[in-house]
Amino acid sequence: MAVRIGVRKTVPDSRASAKLAHFRTLGLSKKPSDVAIVDCYVIDASISASGVRKIAEALINPLVETVEVNSISAPGKFSHAIEIGFHPGVTDNVGNTCREMICDLLKAKFKTGEAVYSSKIYFVSGVSDKDAKTIADSLHNPLIERARVLSYQQYEKEGGFGALVPKVKLPKPEAPLKIDLEVSDDELVAIGKLGILGRDGKRRGPLALDLLYMKAIREHFRTLKRKPTDIELETLAQTWSEHCKHTILSSPLDEIKEGLFKTYIKGATEYVRTKKGEKDICVSVFKDNSGAIAFDDEYLVTHKVETHNSPSALDPFGGAITGIVGVNRDALGFGLGARPIANTYGFCLADPKDKREFWRDKDRTQKMLSSRRIMDGVIEGVRAGGNQSGIPTPHGFLSFDPRYRGKPLVFVGTLGLIPRERNGRKLYEKEAQPGDFIVMLGGRVGADGIHGATFSSEAIDAGSPATAVQIGDPITQKKFTDAIVREARNLGLYTSITDNGAGGLSSSVGEMAKESGGCQVDLDKVPLKYPGLAPWQIWISESQERMTLAVPPKKWQEFDVLMKKRGVEATVIGKFTQTGKCIVTSGGKKMVDISLEFLHEGLPVRELHTKKPVRLTPQPVPESRDIKKDLLELMARPSIASRAFIADQYDHEVQASSVIKPLQGSGRVHGDAAVVKPVLTSERGVVVADALFPTYSDLDTYAMAASSIDSALRAAVVAGADPNKIALLDNFCWCSSFDEARLYELKRAAKACFDAAVAYEAPFVSGKDSMFNDFKGYDDKGPVAISVPPTLLATAISVVDDVLNTVSIDFKQAGDRLYLLGETNDELGGSEFSQMRGERENVSYGGNVPQVSFDANKKIYAAYADANAKGYIASGISVGRGGLAVAFAKSCMAGMLGAEINLGEIPGNAKSLSQKLFSETQGRILLSVAAGKSETFEKSLAGLPYKRIGIVLSGKKITIANGKMITITLAELLQAYRSMFAGF
Amino acid sequence: MTVLQATSYKPKALVFAGYGLNCEEETKFAFDRAGAEAEIVHINDLIEKPELLNDFQIAAMPGGFSYGDDLGSGRAYGLRVKNHLQRELSKFLQRDTLMIGICNGFQILTAAGILPGALLDNSGARYVDRWVDVRVTGDSPWLFGLESLMLPIAHGEGRYHLPKQELKTLREEGRIALKYEKGEVSKHLDLQANPNGSIENIAGITGCRGRVLGLMPHPERAQFFTQLPHWPFLKQQYQRSGREIPKDGPGLAVFKNAVKYFV
Repeated sequence: MAVRIGVRKTVPDSRASAKLAHFRTLGLSKKPSDVAIVDCYVIDASISASGVRKIAEALINPLVETVEVNSISAPGKFSHAIEIGFHPGVTDNVGNTCREMICDLLKAKFKTGEAVYSSKIYFVSGVSDKDAKTIADSLHNPLIERARVLSYQQYEKEGGFGALVPKVKLPKPEAPLKIDLEVSDDELVAIGKLGILGRDGKRRGPLALDLLYMKAIREHFRTLKRKPTDIELETLAQTWSEHCKHTILSSPLDEIKEGLFKTYIKGATEYVRTKKGEKDICVSVFKDNSGAIAFDDEYLVTHKVETHNSPSALDPFGGAITGIVGVNRDALGFGLGARPIANTYGFCLADPKDKREFWRDKDRTQKMLSSRRIMDGVIEGVRAGGNQSGIPTPHGFLSFDPRYRGKPLVFVGTLGLIPRERNGRKLYEKEAQPGDFIVMLGGRVGADGIHGATFSSEAIDAGSPATAVQIGDPITQKKFTDAIVREARNLGLYTSITDNGAGGLSSSVGEMAKESGGCQVDLDKVPLKYPGLAPWQIWISESQERMTLAVPPKKWQEFDVLMKKRGVEATVIGKFTQTGKCIVTSGGKKMVDISLEFLHEGLPVRELHTKKPVRLTPQPVPESRDIKKDLLELMARPSIASRAFIADQYDHEVQASSVIKPLQGSGRVHGDAAVVKPVLTSERGVVVADALFPTYSDLDTYAMAASSIDSALRAAVVAGADPNKIALLDNFCWCSSFDEARLYELKRAAKACFDAAVAYEAPFVSGKDSMFNDFKGYDDKGPVAISVPPTLLATAISVVDDVLNTVSIDFKQAGDRLYLLGETNDELGGSEFSQMRGERENVSYGGNVPQVSFDANKKIYAAYADANAKGYIASGISVGRGGLAVAFAKSCMAGMLGAEINLGEIPGNAKSLSQKLFSETQGRILLSVAAGKSETFEKSLAGLPYKRIGIVLSGKKITIANGKMITITLAELLQAYRSMFAGF
Repeated sequence: MTVLQATSYKPKALVFAGYGLNCEEETKFAFDRAGAEAEIVHINDLIEKPELLNDFQIAAMPGGFSYGDDLGSGRAYGLRVKNHLQRELSKFLQRDTLMIGICNGFQILTAAGILPGALLDNSGARYVDRWVDVRVTGDSPWLFGLESLMLPIAHGEGRYHLPKQELKTLREEGRIALKYEKGEVSKHLDLQANPNGSIENIAGITGCRGRVLGLMPHPERAQFFTQLPHWPFLKQQYQRSGREIPKDGPGLAVFKNAVKYFV
């Protein structure tokens, strides 16, 4: 029988106080008076009474905790007890650790099916039944967790919650099916959209294969004179998914026959690499899980930015933690394994104050989480994943737009470090050899994440599968990461490695099979979390924390022994071959027999066409009537305001690599770039910066993409990067990508990527796209559709020779001179100022969207980098979102110094003060120089558009002069800057 | 890289690893820079061959997130230490050796019963990464000659707790080694001195007459000048007054002290 053990604090519990404070914000009829938390472990295993006692004692520190077995008594009087636990099959890290602890403590093993399940009981005092329900709702996500509420009387009567065991019980799996594709087009569409029809009459979930693809598959199997098996169809769906094959960016589009990716992204990289010749910084681009550039003679730096949008909409915590831990595996899966050295994040969200309610289904039973819950959840997910993995998170951003309410965009990135060589072997190349064992490493396989890849290629609606949601287990991954990058890799124990992400084994093994020329897998060998999975489920499950490796048979024993010593599970599940085929068996029967050629090259070419959208040309935003008020309001806008609460909870000091931190200067203000020093013995640093301007997409996606790249690159340069040594990453997050107008916008954006990369000679080294960020559901009135604004996140990375020469944004000393480099034009279109005024006045403003002058900007960046190399620059900030006024305010607040600027005559065509202060013209840098160095500095700028605009002052206020004087105190600025997320 | 004047003798430091500890590389590096010879050892390798400990003069339990803090920070790893290495470690400490537990390492040492007390959830019930100032208030070879230090913290459970009577004893024995205070860095960043609500502002304590130090702040994350949160500001100050910009951060002194104890 299962045993429940409950642990309670005997000293004040700050977690309970925080929950109490949170419950009091839920708008309950009566505020709760007290909360107590009991951590519970339900042990479903045969353990003796003395064993249970030993476990209970081990679980507490008697100085501060007390423990009870079975009957969990409440700490005094309460009105309701609420238990929150996981649904069966959801990853329960605490339960798993408890099991591991018990095995070690009792020197015992758990039998198959035995487990420990964690849960929490909240004893809440002074609330009504209805309020208790509201509290329970705030504590759990019904997709992954269960909540049970008992009143005091019920709890006493029933003697507590008992020991519920959320064990996975699956019906006997259906025998594999042969699928008849000789059916009507309607049925083909239904199979592709809703899934294979099981014997139970239920569809198995989306394959995301449209009619064109379904017909190609039918044609292929006609030539083979047989029907495909269900698992073959699932394999093709995974491999051909938009998520894996990037069909939109690869397909011929209008006159661009090679597709946008090859022509504009890869095309730009090829051009730049050829042009730069010996100065090329790229080492491995677009062919591996991350892109890599040179760090020094010994190491390479890798980077990859991913998105995890659809899962995060449904389970923000699980989606985000899976995202960050997943992209860590893109470092580990680069070459023969790069060590993750830094994480980055970016969340595109709706304002947490946005109170709109949506449902996924017509009957309004599946409610979308609130914008605040999504925000809290994704922030927590990246925190848990990054902090637990021991990877610093030095940089990230928040960006807000009401159109991210349906699907948030959750960007997660990981920089990695890998030696170029070990024992004469290049570590950035890999090749599985015929005869190598296929080895699955890390976690086991369960039903989690089934149809993740195909799901993220579709819009979210009522049919979105809950099994697509997973929770990451960073410690399991940490264990094998250490074992791989510190030991197995350097010992040469394997020939290839890749991540098990979207599509699970079907993708990872299918991809690696290309290296050797084939694969043969026995699904019976795959270790499972619980029995009852059908072969197709095992093959495509996206259970997390797994890598697939190719291990030569003669190295297997050494590899296996090492992994066992490190507490890591490794299993041989088949071997790589050179048969040209992907063969999968189960129960001794062949389930998959597909040629690699058809699997990887068989997807039909789809010609895409674009149509120029008709755009309105709304009037530009009118002049500010009150500059001070508008600037203070801008500082408090969620996309600009201080998100210090995130920086403060994301470990950015681990690995002892922190140089330019997420919060800079005495006033703790965010910069646009971070610098880390990843090799302890080297003074070299890696600069990482990013930028996005989704609001520009409403006016012109070319300007949007050009500005994103220009800003990311500029932010890197301002922080100290050499503009000749910058690499770029692109992340397209589009919407309704079969819509010809959206494709037109995509084409414009991709062209901008090409133009910018070529002009700046900055190659793209990696990228990712997510093309269907659309939500289709219901509000209280009827059906609604929300699509994200076309978004390009541009990331810039660069290696600097000496981190001591990197630059922070804070003004350093009174008397320093202030300079504005670059032209300021009448370009308020799409600006934060324009958005703010539009929202305030309920008008959609237009105006000129910033046009990027690549050639002019290039000279400015070169001059800045040169001045920095000579030691002139005391502080530098890129002028970005919010314009000059916001950049100026940030440097003042960061330095906790006042300043005075005069904008009478500045280069560019901006005329009015609103234009000068709030225009987002690209290419500009605001910097300070010690008075004694200003003369020589100015000489170095000869011929460039620049202006000395002011001076740093010791008084705690800023003054802006342009005819009249505007004065704002630092206290007022800081108050505004910190107000938006106060209390978060 | 600054290394102490080479002497013939380098004390050997064992740095624990495994199960989610994650600061072992930089901790090893700090020991090496300070003049020790440090080695990272997976706890399972030590359990298999506990006699390895005989070769070392210093043992370091570094920071990290062992077992994901799942059963409470440091508990599962602390139990593993207790179940398998209790005797060996107590033998190790009977010699004239040094031991340090940093952050998760401190939590592990309390969970394993090597140091007294408990580290509870921060008063804000949230993980905190920031810089603090600590004042040296106790005698320990680790802290010899130091008055105060600027160091970063990064933890969710760092609120030190000990019942009144035990606390009184700890104080009287001079074992409260480090206390949070409002010093240079907290003033510069305008942050309160105590980041987690620790009782009596305790940031670190000692055992075995000062030879064992447990502390929440991370000295290894303050071993370079460019790790200081205000280094760009300080760099300008140094440059403008014609002074040389230092290479080291304040945390390195702790590791140098450990080496000095043996040479």
